[in-house]
Formats: sequence, C-alpha cells, structure tokens
Amino acid sequence: MVDFMSLAEPKLVVILPEIILSIFGMLVLIAGVFGEGKEYKTSYNGYISIVGVIFAFFALFLIYGKNVSGFNHMVVLDGYAWFFKLVTLIIVALTIFSSMNYTVKKKIDLGEYYALILFAAVGMMLMGSSTNLIMIFISLEMMSVAIYCLAAFNKNDEKSVEGAIKYFILGAFSAGFLLLGIAFIYGATGVFDLKEVARFIKIYPEYLHNPMLLGGIALILTGFLFKVSTVPFHMWTPDVYEGAPSPISGFMATGVKAAAFSAFLRILLTSFNQFANEYSAIIAFFAVITMFGGNLLALVQQNVKRMLAYSSIAHAGYILVGIVAATNLSSSAILFYLLGYGFMNVGAFSVLAASNARTLDDIKGMGLKNPFLGVAMCVFMFSMAGVPPAVGFLGKFYLFSAAINAKLYGLTILAVINSAISAYYYLRVLVYMYFKGEAKETATYNMATVFGISLAMAGVLYFGILPQSIIEFLQNSIMHLL
Amino acid sequence: MEILFNHILSIMIFLPLAGAITLLGFQRDNNGGVKLTASFFAFLNLLFGLYLFFGYSGKGAIFQFIEKYQWIKSLGIQYYLGVDAVSMYLIVATTLITAICIVASWKIEKYVREYFLCILFVESGVIGSLAALDLVLFYIFWEVMLIPMYFLIGIWGDYKRIYSTLKFYIYTMAGSVIMLVAIFTLYWLNGKGNFEILEFYKLHIPMGKQIWLFLAFFIAFAIKVPLIPFHTWQPDTYVNAPTAGTVLLAAVLSKMGVYGFYRFAMPLFPDAAIKFTPLIATLTLIAVVYISLIAIVQKDMKRLIAYSSIGHLAVIILGLYLLTVQGVHGAIFQMLNHTIVTGALFLLLGILFERSSSRLIKDYSGIAKQMPIFATFFMIAMLASVGLPGTNGFIGEFLLFIGIFKANPWFGVIACSGTILGAIYMLWMYQRSFFGPLEKEENKKLPDMNVREFGYLIPLILLIFIMGIFPQYFIQKFDSTSKNFINTMKTKNTISMVIDK
Repeated sequence: MVDFMSLAEPKLVVILPEIILSIFGMLVLIAGVFGEGKEYKTSYNGYISIVGVIFAFFALFLIYGKNVSGFNHMVVLDGYAWFFKLVTLIIVALTIFSSMNYTVKKKIDLGEYYALILFAAVGMMLMGSSTNLIMIFISLEMMSVAIYCLAAFNKNDEKSVEGAIKYFILGAFSAGFLLLGIAFIYGATGVFDLKEVARFIKIYPEYLHNPMLLGGIALILTGFLFKVSTVPFHMWTPDVYEGAPSPISGFMATGVKAAAFSAFLRILLTSFNQFANEYSAIIAFFAVITMFGGNLLALVQQNVKRMLAYSSIAHAGYILVGIVAATNLSSSAILFYLLGYGFMNVGAFSVLAASNARTLDDIKGMGLKNPFLGVAMCVFMFSMAGVPPAVGFLGKFYLFSAAINAKLYGLTILAVINSAISAYYYLRVLVYMYFKGEAKETATYNMATVFGISLAMAGVLYFGILPQSIIEFLQNSIMHLL
Repeated sequence: MEILFNHILSIMIFLPLAGAITLLGFQRDNNGGVKLTASFFAFLNLLFGLYLFFGYSGKGAIFQFIEKYQWIKSLGIQYYLGVDAVSMYLIVATTLITAICIVASWKIEKYVREYFLCILFVESGVIGSLAALDLVLFYIFWEVMLIPMYFLIGIWGDYKRIYSTLKFYIYTMAGSVIMLVAIFTLYWLNGKGNFEILEFYKLHIPMGKQIWLFLAFFIAFAIKVPLIPFHTWQPDTYVNAPTAGTVLLAAVLSKMGVYGFYRFAMPLFPDAAIKFTPLIATLTLIAVVYISLIAIVQKDMKRLIAYSSIGHLAVIILGLYLLTVQGVHGAIFQMLNHTIVTGALFLLLGILFERSSSRLIKDYSGIAKQMPIFATFFMIAMLASVGLPGTNGFIGEFLLFIGIFKANPWFGVIACSGTILGAIYMLWMYQRSFFGPLEKEENKKLPDMNVREFGYLIPLILLIFIMGIFPQYFIQKFDSTSKNFINTMKTKNTISMVIDK
C-alpha cells in the first residue's frame, strides 16, 4: 500500500474520495472543451464521470473502518462520515446513469453538467465529514452553488430558469441565516469546532440559557430546515424540482437532503445534545406541519415531478420525527432512512427522466407498454409508500420504532397517518401507469438508464430485505462520532 | 426429502412466488404456457397443503412445523413460522381456493401473464401471514398481499374499478399502519428485543395501555373482515373486482381479519378484549340484522352475496368473542365453511357473468330451465350458506348458536333472526333468478356449465357435504387448539384481575 494513505499532516486519507471526484470533475471540464459542438450521440462526459465515481468507490472501500481526524480537526473520517460518503456516491452514480440518457436526448450534454454534479458531490461528502462550523458552511456553499447552476440547466425552459432563480435567492438568504447563527455561536463560545462548543457548554452550564447561544442555534436550525425543505421553508421546492432536469431533481431531493441532514444531525449530536429538550419541541412542531403540508399538497398535484417534490417534503417531515426523538437509536434510523430514500427517490426520478414524463397524463398506460419502467416505478412507489419488503418500509419501521422508544406516541401516530395518506398519491401514479388506457408511444432509453434503474431497484430490495449489516454499522458509527 | 418437509411452510410461502417469477419469463402472448405454469404451481402447492393437513396432528403440540431463524437481529425481527390448527386449516383452504381461482380464470384475455402473477402473489402473502409467528413478519406479509390485490382489482375489475381499488387499499393501509404503532409499543413494553407472538402472550400489560393497543389491532382487523362500521369499502370492492379477485377477497382475505382477532387482538390483550365484548357483540348483532335487511333489497346478485358475507362473518366474530367452547369451535368451523361456500357462490356468479353481462337479479328469470347443473350447484351452495342440515353450514351455525345462547340468550335470539333473514334473501333471490318463466331471448341461449367449470366446482360441492356429514373428523384436529385459546384468554384475564386487586 502506498504510504500517502497515512501521511502525517495533512491527512489526505480523510478526503480521499473527495480528491478523486474533484480531479475527475476537472477532467470532465477539460474533456468538455474538446467535445464542444459535436453531435450529441453518446455521453462521453458521463462515462468519464462514472469512471471517477468508480475510483471514488474504490477509495471509499480502502478507507473503510478508519477513524481519523485531519486538517486540525476540521474534517474527520469516522463511520458516520464514511456512511454519508457512501450514500452520496450511490446517489451520484445513479444520477449520472440517468443523466447519460437524459442529456443526450435533451441536447444538454455539456462537460459542465457532469463536472457540476461531481463538484456538488464533493460538497455533500464534505458536509458529512465536517466537524467545524466554518467547514460546514463552506461545504454547504460548495454544494449549493453547483446545484443552483444545475437547476437552471434546461436554460431554454422558463420553468427551469425560474426555479433556479428562486432557489438561488432563497438559498442565499437561508445561507445568511446559517452564517449569522454560526457567528452568534462563535460570539458566545469563541470556538468553531463542534466538540469544543460542546465542551464549552459543559464547563459553563450558565450558557444553557444564554440568549446569544440560543439565538445562534435557532438561526442554524432555520438554515438547515430551509435546506431540507420543511414547511414553511418549502416554497422553492416544487418549482425547482419541476423545472430542473429530472435527474437533477432526483439528485437534489436525495443528495442535498442527505447532506444537509448529515451536517444538521452531527451538529445536534455533537454540540447541542444538551439542548435536546429545547429544540425537540420546536422541531416536533415543524415535523407535524411538514408531514401534513407535504402530503396534503402532494395529493392534488397533476405534475408527477411536483408531486415527488411535495413527497420529498413529507419525507423530510418523517426524518424530523427521528430528530425529535434525539436518541442514538433514532439517529441511526435517520441515517438508514436517508440511504433507502436515496435509492427510491433517485430511482423514481430516473424513471421520469427515461420516459421524459412530467405530468400524470404523460405516464398513462406506460406500465404495460414498458414493463421495465413499470415494474421499476411500482417498486419505487410502493417503497415510498412504506410497503414491505422495500427499504421504504424498513426505514419507516426503524424510524417510528425509535420514536415509540422515545415515547413519542402522538407524533408517531400522526406520522403513520401521514404515511397512509401518502399511499394515495403514490398509488395514483400506478393508477395512471396501469389502469388508464394505452400509452401513445414507447419511451426510448439506453443501457445506462437500464443499469441505473436496476441498481436503484436492487438497492431498494436489498436493503429492505437484508439490512442487518448496515444497521449494525450505523448503530456503531453513531456511538463513536469523532 | 427430510429438508423439504422440515421447511414445508417456507416452501408453501415461496413456491407461488417462484411461480410468479417464472411467469415473468414467458412471452406476453404465450397464454397457454402461462396458464399451465400457473396451475402447475398452484396445484403443487395444494399438494403440499394436503400434506400439511394430514401431517398436522390434533393431539400433538399446539404449534407444529416450526421454523425459526434470525433475520434482522438489530431490529429484533425473526423469520419464525409455525401453525396451529386454525392457521393450518386456513392455509390449506387458501391453497385450494387459489388453485380453483386459477382454473376459474381460464377465460381471461387481458394481460394474462400479469393476472396469474397477481393471484400467485396473493397466495404467497396470505400463507405467509398465516404461518408467521413473528409480529413483524406477519405484518410484512399482511401488507404484501395488498399489492397484488390492488392490481387485480384495478386492472381487471369492472367499470368502477379504480375507485374501488383505491378505497380498498387506503382503507386497509390506514388500519394497518395504526396497528404498526401498537406493534412498536408492544415491542418496547416487552423489552426482550424480539417480536415473538408467543412471548407477547405471556406479557401482562396494564389495562390503560391494553385498551389502546387492543383498539389499534381491532380496527385493523375489523376493516379487513369487514365489520360494521368499517365495511363501506367492501361491497364496492367485491362487486367491481374480477371473479378471482372477489373469491380471494371473500373466501381468503376476509378470514385474515377473523384470524387476526383470533391470533393477535384477543390473546394479546385479553382484558381489553373481554371488556370490549359487549360493544363488539352489539356491532356484530347490528351487522347481522342490518346487513341482512340491506341484502334483501339488493338488485345486484354479486352485491347481495357480498352483503351476506358481512352478515355471516359477523356471527363468526360474535361466537369467537363470547369465548364459549362451542362458540369458538363453531367460529373456526364456520370460517372454513364460509371460505368454501362464499367461494363457491362467487365462482358460480362468475360463471353466469361470463355468459351474460348483467348482474341484476331481474335479468335472469327462469335460467334453471336453461342451465340445470348450474342451478343445482347454486342451490347446494346457497342452502349451505343458509345452513340446511346435511351441509357444513348447518354444523357451523348450530355450534355457533349453542355457544352464543350459552353466553347470552338474547344475543342468540338476535343472531338467529339473522339466519332467518338470510334464508329470506337467499331463497328469494334464487326464486327470482332461477325459477319463473324464461322470458329474455338472450337467456335462452345460455349454455350450461362446461367440463372445466364443473371440474373446479365439484371439490367445493363435495366438501360442503363431507364437512356436513362428517364434521367430527375436521373438528377433532382443532379441538385442542381452540380449547387452548379459550384457556389462554380466561387464565390471563383471571391473573390480571388478581394483580389489579
């Protein structure tokens, strides 16, 4: 083994997959220059990015099981960070597979597209590994800026541009909240490091009621609640998901959400554990309105992408239930949920991308005409509705079981009621796909799409049926946060 | 062979699933191959079902054919199977009904492959949830069987199929997610890190909690049965489902609700169950009388049988909850009868509707002249449903009414009146549709049952008589199981009364 893995300082091993992805992102940019103006037939840029992701996967397995902190404890590599790197890479891989068909069809196969995806992925992965408030902010911006551009990539489509501008303005605004919150916390405690903040509060318990510190926490909550699109900070979500290229909508719904939750959860677990009682009540409120808001609004959507956007809001609500529970068990449940959610949601958006569908009418009769896409959509929709043996069921199972363990009976009952409501609109997709007459045309898609969707289906079923090893790993990682 | 028969339950669960996957390998237009393969798997499973039936000893342990493996250790979920006499009987009945359904659906033309795939899928789910001795495993199969039902009704159903299938699905799902919360609560109350039902039986839960948990389970199963006031999905769904779907729903899935009471809601929370018995008895009695009255005025034959099914199931539930030996015996016996008789009735209606599009009683006057074999079969099934001596319906109702009278004579009187009403609507319908002058021109051309139809109905008709004439053979197998059930309920209740004092 080359010894650069254990280089004393800076410990590059901590960010090895990120380094690889960045390099490949730049390669794609360069390759994109040469591809300019060519016929859009195959997606060379996509292939390069996939190679990069595969290398990153290799790197990820090389660094499995290591517990290292690097760059003056700015970034760490622990089980938690490793897991989020894994989730991000899976999501990126699925997104790229689905893009390789979509970009060619839509004639947006530019190098920048894939480069931005890879750069966003780097930001996402860093968010899960950051243990420093400033680092969290930087990686958040790294991710967000790339995503703003990606959301606008259908630049001739008004909706795409509109959504992207909304997202950009509101996103920048919320980043301001986050930054101000960080400043407040720094002002109160004098440190940026998450562990140091926790230590500071332990030493000076009088700070438990310090308005500046509490204000800082509130602002940070606001910033993150925006990023994970909870009601009432959700206004941008449907517009952006509707306008953005379908693969990117899936990428945002899962990758951004997972990354935001990773940083959010780490902050809460490491620094503000002692405030659990205070923030729980607030988050419980947000969880309830998010679940109901997301699900009820999703009921009336005619546009599948908007529907999925509202459904992703609802899923954020379920995850918030786990945050309210604030136990080790519920935290590992959240992680597991995010993994499963990644598979099923990117999968669903991939199906939409492959069939080039937006509204319910577009998918009419598709199920029997295109059995592959039909079966795939069934798997994803049932999984999202929480039907066994898909991972969506087990994720909810784990999450709500943890919530009951924390004695949150009322909240859990509301959550399962929402889960039953959501069954309606997920099944409505299948109603259109199977029960409403014949499809006009068959969708055409390439092998990359088939591969990506099959992978997503395999993930949904595998982690729904045999999750034992990953759950054990997650429970361990939550116990040993660096 | 040893391994095969040690894992008979697993095989019976996954064989239909394997069949369903095999069907996917067929070309879309290869209908003959699809049908033969589907029947092969269904009949093979029926053979295993017969092995299970003869292999289960009425004198041995209560739970037999046990298989137990760790599945998801961190969440405490095990792969734990085993059957007592009740689940054994229901599994055998499921394999029989599924095989019959497949033969009965021979004429289906739309998406043949997917249709048989759905039926086999349902069979897997039902057998799985009947065999599961782990609550989560049960829940998983319980939910899984909804998926194929949803498609069966949605794709091959009648004109109101989309409405019906969504109503059916959402209703059932809403019931079961609430049950899921109760399952979690039980799990954390138990604190042993597993979901074994037999462990939960030993648990003593404070009354305050028991009531809520019982209600959560009760509603889930009451929706499935369905029991008044959760029955509104049922007539729509039964009427709009394709024949095989209706048969599966009425003969198999409705038993799942009763089985749920028997296996979960009652023995897990005996104190609450006994406390709620007056309320449940009232609901069932209302159902018996009110539903029978509704059935009398139905114009649609399928709807009439659907309503009659609610009424019959209500008596079964009443017998079960009153906890007398005869009542529970009768309930279990009547569950099997209901499977056979209601299954046969819906299959017969299916035969009729295949020939003529109308479902209305008035469109069929005098078809007994035109279709004598059909009319005879229908009469046998109908009389069994009404409870004529010599048929299995008589034995079941007789036991049930003895049990109910023993517990409370007034309940008995009202429940009996339901049977009288049942005789009224059934016989009246029969008279109007089968006798009288053969008026309609198109009815004069209706062909009688063919060999295939005769073939798949004859086992059910024979069973009606066999179970009616030799009931003892069937009862002795579940005798100890049902007594054990009553004992568990009563002793646990006594113990908790002592604890409360």
